[in-house]
Amino acid sequence: MHATLCDFVSDIVQNSIEANSRLIEVDVEENGNKMRFTITDDGKGMDEHTLNVVLDPFYTDGIKHKSRTVGLGLPFLKQTVDAVGGDFSIESEVGEGTTVKCSFLTDHIDCPPLGDLVTTIMMLLTYPGKHELVVTHTIRNGARRQGYSVAKSEMLEALGEVETSGSLMLLKKYLQSQEDSIEDNEIHA
Amino acid sequence: MAKMTLEELRKLRDTKKNEIKKRDLSGRDTQIVIGMGTCGIAAGGKIVLDAFLSELELRKIDNVIVTQTGCMGLCYVEPTVEVIAPDMPPVIYGKVDASVVKRIIDEHVVGKQMVSDHVFDRPSADIIKDGGKR
Repeated sequence: MHATLCDFVSDIVQNSIEANSRLIEVDVEENGNKMRFTITDDGKGMDEHTLNVVLDPFYTDGIKHKSRTVGLGLPFLKQTVDAVGGDFSIESEVGEGTTVKCSFLTDHIDCPPLGDLVTTIMMLLTYPGKHELVVTHTIRNGARRQGYSVAKSEMLEALGEVETSGSLMLLKKYLQSQEDSIEDNEIHA
Repeated sequence: MAKMTLEELRKLRDTKKNEIKKRDLSGRDTQIVIGMGTCGIAAGGKIVLDAFLSELELRKIDNVIVTQTGCMGLCYVEPTVEVIAPDMPPVIYGKVDASVVKRIIDEHVVGKQMVSDHVFDRPSADIIKDGGKR
């Protein structure tokens, strides 16, 4: 099992990247004691059979690792959601893409800590590939919504590249400042 | 701290670019690839990535390429890191933590000496391109 909620997100997003997605959207939403993550991609998707077995830890498509007989990303996630009383769903269509939704009750004693959200978002935005990736972090408080959104293309345009250590550090500082001021950033529906 | 705008980010980038031009480039053409599969993440790959960035910043090395990859096939010694540096063979280090990160930068990237007690060779053949001849 992963140590933090952020680790689950990094893991699932990697599936989206490996499914040859062009657009990946990652939504992080906080609402009281509920932390919700939604990962949507337009990758190759899965058929009904695969969708039925994908939560089995002893299922893998065997493409990336020929001799391997386990696939633990989604099973780990489902296991943790079940343990802390959250929701989990996965929808997929061949050629259309996949959506994974999960939520965690953060005040449950078995809920892993959130982890380092800034580093995680930086990692998601800089994973190699030509895809676009958009991360949105929202805090809901009754009718109020605060948050920010950041796109890989936007960061590439501003920084020129996002692979040298200097650029990554700047990106991290930018993300940290978005996090620090999240409560001043009202979203009007 | 006030929220940074995209315009401010661009300006910081330009300042940094000029600084790099003036400096001796000790990190030139060096690439660090961090394993971020399920195994890498679970073993602390993210902490290693963070450690590389802050240690490089501390040493004012801005031009090392730091990227991520999936599982390298060495799950038993995660977190794993591949270091490709000029005049050095490509090396995969295993059991990397923040203190090993410091050694990799000082001894391998800057000093051109392998960190022998953490070398775990090349990745398994089933995931590397061209049978490992790249």
